Amino acid sequence: MSIPLLMFLAFVGLTLLVTFWAAKKNTGASAYFAAGRSITGWQNGLAVAGDYMSAASFLGISGMICFSGYDGFMYSVGFLVAYITVLLIVAEPLRNAGKYTMADLLAYRLKPRPVRALASLSTLVVSTFYMIAQMVGAGAVIKELIGISFEPAVIGVGVLMLVYVVFGGMLATTWVQIIKALLLMAGALLLSYLVLKHHGFSFAAFFESVSKADYAGSAPPKNLLEPGLKYGAAAGPWGHIDLISLCIGLVLGTAGLPHILVRFYTVPDAKTARSSVVWAMAIIGLFYIMTTFFGFGAATILEKSQILTAAGKPNTNMVAPILAQHLGGDLFFAFISAVAFATILAVVAGLTMSASASFAHDFYTNVIHHGKEHRPGEEVRVARLTAFFVGAASIGLAIYLGPSVNAAFLVGLAFSVAASANLPVIVLSVFWRRFNTMGAVAGLGGGLVVSIILILLSPNGMFGKEGAIFPLENPGIVSIPIGFLAAWLGTILTPRDPQAETKFIELKVRAHTGLGAEKAVAH
Amino acid sequence: MSEKSSVNWAEIEAKPEFRALLARKARFITGATIFFLAYYLALPVLVGYFPALMKTKVWGEVNLAYVFALSQFFMAWMVAFVYVRVAAKWDKEAAAVITGHQ
Repeated sequence: MSIPLLMFLAFVGLTLLVTFWAAKKNTGASAYFAAGRSITGWQNGLAVAGDYMSAASFLGISGMICFSGYDGFMYSVGFLVAYITVLLIVAEPLRNAGKYTMADLLAYRLKPRPVRALASLSTLVVSTFYMIAQMVGAGAVIKELIGISFEPAVIGVGVLMLVYVVFGGMLATTWVQIIKALLLMAGALLLSYLVLKHHGFSFAAFFESVSKADYAGSAPPKNLLEPGLKYGAAAGPWGHIDLISLCIGLVLGTAGLPHILVRFYTVPDAKTARSSVVWAMAIIGLFYIMTTFFGFGAATILEKSQILTAAGKPNTNMVAPILAQHLGGDLFFAFISAVAFATILAVVAGLTMSASASFAHDFYTNVIHHGKEHRPGEEVRVARLTAFFVGAASIGLAIYLGPSVNAAFLVGLAFSVAASANLPVIVLSVFWRRFNTMGAVAGLGGGLVVSIILILLSPNGMFGKEGAIFPLENPGIVSIPIGFLAAWLGTILTPRDPQAETKFIELKVRAHTGLGAEKAVAH
Repeated sequence: MSEKSSVNWAEIEAKPEFRALLARKARFITGATIFFLAYYLALPVLVGYFPALMKTKVWGEVNLAYVFALSQFFMAWMVAFVYVRVAAKWDKEAAAVITGHQ
C-alpha cells in the first residue's frame, strides 16, 4: 500500500508549497479574502469547477448512477443547468456591488446589521451541510487508501484544511482548486476511456449492456437507462413530486451557495466573472457527461460483491475508485483515490474559507463592531480563528454522523437550503425596488427554518421512513416558494423604506455598469 | 463601498440610454430564464408522469429519457453562448453610459 500513500503525499506536498507561496503574498484583507481580485477568467473557471466537482459529484453521483441508474444521472444534469441561474442572474451584480461575501450585496441597500447576522447564519448552515458530505466521503476514501479508520481520517482532513485556510487564504485555496480540477478531469477522462475500451469502443455495445446491467453476472439484469428506479412510482405515491422537488432545489441552489459566490470576488471585474462562469460550465458539463461512463460502466463491469460493504449494504461512495482499481490496477486506483481525497480537501478548504470570511466580515466586523475594524488586520485574524472553530465543529459532526450516507444526497439537501434561504433575497434585492430589511430578514429566516424543519420531518429525518410527517426527501418544492413568499410578505407588511429605495438606484447603476466596483489590487 | 464618492447615481439612473439598456437586459434575462427553467423542468415532469413515452427507444437501447437528459447539457451551453454574445454588446453600452462619471 505504499504507492497510494506516496501519490497522496506528493499531492499534499505540492499544495503545501502553493500555500507557502500564497502566505507570502497575503497582505491585507482584500488579498486574504479575495485573492487580491487578481484571478483571471479561466483560472477562476477552473477554481469554480474545482469547488463544484466535490466528493458528492465524483464519488456520490457515480455510486448513485451505479445503483439507481438513470435517476442518479438527474443530479448530473441539475448540477450543470444550475449554472445558467448563476450566469444570468447572480454573478455580475454580485461582483459589481459586493466586497467579500454574499451579504455585502444585501447590506448594500438594507440595514446591514440584521441582514448580515442572518446571512452569516445561513452561510454557516449551508456550508456545514456541504462539509459533512465531504467529510463522509473523505472517511470512505482514506479507509480504502491507507487503511486507517474513519475518525483519524476525518481528523487528518480537518487539520490539513486548516493549514490551507489559516495560512494561505483565498489565493491558496484557489490554486489548490485549480490543480485539483485539472487532476480530476484527467482521472475522469482516463476512467471513461477504460470503460469504453472494456466495451470495445462501441457506444452501441456500451448502452446495450447498460440496458441489461447485471453487475458482471452477479445480479439479475435490469435496465438502468430507464427512469424510476429511485424516484417515480417505485418510490411510492410521492415519487414524482420528490423528483421535481429535487430538480428545483438543484437548479436554484447553486446561485445561493456561499462558497461558489465568493469566488466571483476573486476576479478583477464583472466581465471576468461572466467568462469564468462560462469556463466553469464547459469543464463541469464535460465532467458530468462522463459520469455516464463511470456510473453506468460500474454497473456492467463490477460484481455486486465488490461494491457492497462488509455489512452487505451498497458502498455508494466508493464505486468510482473500485472501478478504477478493477480496470486500471493498483496504480490507477492510487491516483483516483488521491485525486478524490485531494478533491475533498480542496472543497472543505473552500467551504471553511467562505464560512470564516462571512463570520469575520459580516458578523464580527459589521454586526458587532458596526463596520469598523478596531485594529488593522483584525478581520483577517478573526477569520483565521473562525476557520479553526468551523474545522473543529465539522470534524466533530462528521464523526458523529458516521460514514453511511450518500454524499450526493447530503449535498442535494445543502442546495435546497441555499435555494430557499439565500436565492430569494439575492434576486429580490437586485430586482425589486420596494424590497426592505424586514423582507430580507423574513426571507432568510423563513427559508432557512422551513427547509431545515422539512428535512428533519422527511423520511430521512428524525422519525424515519414510517413516521415521516413530510413525505418528500427533498424539501425544495415547498421551501423555495416559502422563502420567496416570506421575503415578499415581510416587505409588503412593513412600511416602505425610502433609504433602501434610494440606495436601490445606486445599486442598479453599480450592478449594471460596474461603476465604483472594488478594483483589483496591483501587485 | 469606501469611496462615498461624488458620483450622482440618480442622474445616471435617469439617463434614457441607461433605462433602455436595463429594459433590454430585463427582457432578455426574463425570456432566457423562463426558457431554460421550462426546458429543464420538463425533464422531471415527463420522466415522472409519462414514463412509458420516455422509455421509447430512439437509438439502439438508448431511450428518449436519456437523450432528453443529455440534451440539457447542450441547451445549457447554448444559452451561455448566446448570453455571452449579447452581454458583450451591453458592456459597450454600459461603458458609454458612465463615461464622464468615473
